Amino acid sequence: MARVHLPSGLTRHTGGVETVDVDAARVPDLIAALRDLFPQIADRLEEMAVAIDGEIYADPGYQPLRADSEVHLVPRIAGG
Amino acid sequence: MTAPRDFKYVGTRPIRHDGVDKVTGRASYGADAAWPGMLHGFVLRSPHAHARIVSIDTGAAEAVPGVHAVITGKDLPETTATIALGEAAIDLRDIGDNVLAKTKTLYHGHAVAAVAATTIDIAREAAAAIEVVYDVLEPVTGIDRALGAGAPILHPALVTKGAAGPDAGGPTNIASRMELKRGDVDAGFAEADLVVEREFRTPMVHQGYIEPHACIARCGEDGRAVVWCTTQGPFVVRDACAAIVGLDPANVKVVPSEIGGGFGGKIVVYLEPLALALARKARRPVKIVMGRDDVFRATGPTSGSKVRVKLGAKRDGTIVAASASLWYEAGAYAGSPVGAGAMCMLAAYKVPNFFIEAYDVVVNKPKVAAYRAPGSPIAAFAVESVVDEIARELKIDPIELRLMNANAEGDRAPYGPKYGPIGLAQILEAARAHPHWRAPLGANQGRGFAVGFWFNAGMNSSATVTLNSDGSAAVVTGNPDIGGTRAAQAMMAAEELGIPVERVRSNVGDTDGSGFTDVTGGSRVCYATGMAVIRAAEDAREQLRARAATIWNVSKDAVGWENGRAIPPAGTEKASPMTVAELTAKMTQTGGPIVGRASLYAPMAGPAFGAHICDLEVDPETGRSRIVRYTAFQDVGKAVHPSYVEGQMQGGVAQGIGWALNEEYIYSADGVMENAGFLDYRMPVASDLPMIETVIVEVANPLHPYGVRGVGEVPIVPPLAAVANAMRDATGIRFTELPLSPPRVLEAIEAAAAVPVEA
Repeated sequence: MARVHLPSGLTRHTGGVETVDVDAARVPDLIAALRDLFPQIADRLEEMAVAIDGEIYADPGYQPLRADSEVHLVPRIAGG
Repeated sequence: MTAPRDFKYVGTRPIRHDGVDKVTGRASYGADAAWPGMLHGFVLRSPHAHARIVSIDTGAAEAVPGVHAVITGKDLPETTATIALGEAAIDLRDIGDNVLAKTKTLYHGHAVAAVAATTIDIAREAAAAIEVVYDVLEPVTGIDRALGAGAPILHPALVTKGAAGPDAGGPTNIASRMELKRGDVDAGFAEADLVVEREFRTPMVHQGYIEPHACIARCGEDGRAVVWCTTQGPFVVRDACAAIVGLDPANVKVVPSEIGGGFGGKIVVYLEPLALALARKARRPVKIVMGRDDVFRATGPTSGSKVRVKLGAKRDGTIVAASASLWYEAGAYAGSPVGAGAMCMLAAYKVPNFFIEAYDVVVNKPKVAAYRAPGSPIAAFAVESVVDEIARELKIDPIELRLMNANAEGDRAPYGPKYGPIGLAQILEAARAHPHWRAPLGANQGRGFAVGFWFNAGMNSSATVTLNSDGSAAVVTGNPDIGGTRAAQAMMAAEELGIPVERVRSNVGDTDGSGFTDVTGGSRVCYATGMAVIRAAEDAREQLRARAATIWNVSKDAVGWENGRAIPPAGTEKASPMTVAELTAKMTQTGGPIVGRASLYAPMAGPAFGAHICDLEVDPETGRSRIVRYTAFQDVGKAVHPSYVEGQMQGGVAQGIGWALNEEYIYSADGVMENAGFLDYRMPVASDLPMIETVIVEVANPLHPYGVRGVGEVPIVPPLAAVANAMRDATGIRFTELPLSPPRVLEAIEAAAAVPVEA
């Protein structure tokens, strides 16, 4: 199960839950699972970059996840 | 995983491929194009910082002889589309309204109409004849006013994204709120022996690229359009123009000119949709060139800010707690880099307990755009100033204090993920060992030290490598060359093919002639587009092996490749190694042309840190200061062309010094920018600065085959704090507001009744 770390700004909408284990093979499955778990943050999930085992994808697309992947949702960054 | 590799071309310093054209004036920039039948465009701009547009009468302007088209906001369709812009999606409704105001003007210089005429003088005269009736409103000229009781509201429908409960509702000028936290902040501060808290302010500043925005556009009767412009992102221009003007993107081709600097400020469109809309209406090409005053007033600088930082440390120097609040000006529409500032500010340090909140605030100033490591320099100015205070209070060497608290591989970044290999400790140790750190200081001089961080982007890149029959190659990518990327890409192709770098021609394609490629920005080009070039060259090399196999009548798998030559399998009769030129000479006989290609989506390149030492001398009689010595250390992963890496580092330092010492947007009480020119907006010139020394540190980035990490943004992050810390060392005064201009410094010296003191 991938361990997902939610940004602190969203935890007020998740009843204080900061991490959650999700059984997902790819990022879209993970996002769908989070949407089911926390419908209040569904809109915000679309706006986040996803860090998978330390690698940050501004658009994670269909990136695969390992069974023990560590996933962080982080705000997207604009560079100059 | 990056394996150690002996490079032949990477790491050398060949002459840049575009150099001769640029130094001889042959290179064509944004304003250099002229097309048959061309008209000249002029943009009418709001004299008010905040006003409701009651009416616009263009009748008199349209009657001026020589005028072919006049447009206002009503000529551009409303759009709710978003497009990917750099690493984030942008709302084209705001961009469209920024290009040409529809109902309100939101800053001094906001475009309200545009004219195309046979000469620029006629266009200017006609623009003056446009009658605009304004209902002038009180402007919001800064963060404090934006947040204060009874503040005028820029956007009545705005609500605070990311806020909860009663804070979320409108009307408000706070566009968004985000937070980061870890551990127990109160417990952390309770554990601290020393707590330092300061509030910092920085003004809005501009990138100051030397080339103003300029473009020329045409739109045929068939709806097909061409735009030539100076831009960091031709594909962004294509998609934004199509949406804002109301064209099918398939019908728009954008040709990027050479670019005279961008630094993030030439990603967004300003003139291009206007030229296109005028050209469509006039049925003739339209060229628009901004004056410097409009560049200042009506393009995107970076945010003015207020940042409050509190750090707690143990007596031994261990930082145990941090809290911070950041407010960044977004300008007229939502979207400052405050989130990035919040994520960067503690990136260097292992802080077990912290809480950071960040607010994006709209004000009646131009909409901010990206500027080199957007958001990070402002945050670093605050944090690195407080870290300097802690080092002084605890009497610990500033570099030693930072080493004690430095993040390393496996530590968790403040925004969550664990760091891979990073070079923070290595640059700190390099700085500590450098002679500059121990060099004696003269009278009235001080030394400052600071570190800085940036993420470095990845994203979409495409490349082709076409082999010619003489064994030379042509590389095409979609990234305008700002920092020497043509040369770097040629070197990478040469490295993979084993041909001399001078035999590789490196080109910037237009939106029809290159595969989709994201912007030249985010320090991504040498990393992500470079990776595409490497893969395209590998693809071409594999095709060469196949051609050798055909010639030798053996399996491709049996063909080796060494030092730019195909190697026949042992025992092959009458076969000897073949060079690239020998193989390409037989392309027609072995299957036709060879084009290697690659497209990819890269993750962010991997974090990078810089550390800067600044020596500054201040004249206590006038408050004027000058930088007397400056050394920048940076982990770049792998320097493909060290001269351009050094140039990027020096350029970032120069801009950061300007931000620290002199640059600022100065506004009147009614929101009018009063220093919209280089005479009054004081940027450093060559004679203001010493030779900026550079020290390249290479901790390979495992995401890139050569270890490239990205270079261009990190070096602007530390200078604000490095200069301010040097000023503290020279004067004994902690400055918390930039710029450190002579009047501000002199006033503080006199107020403190202080003369420069030794540390």
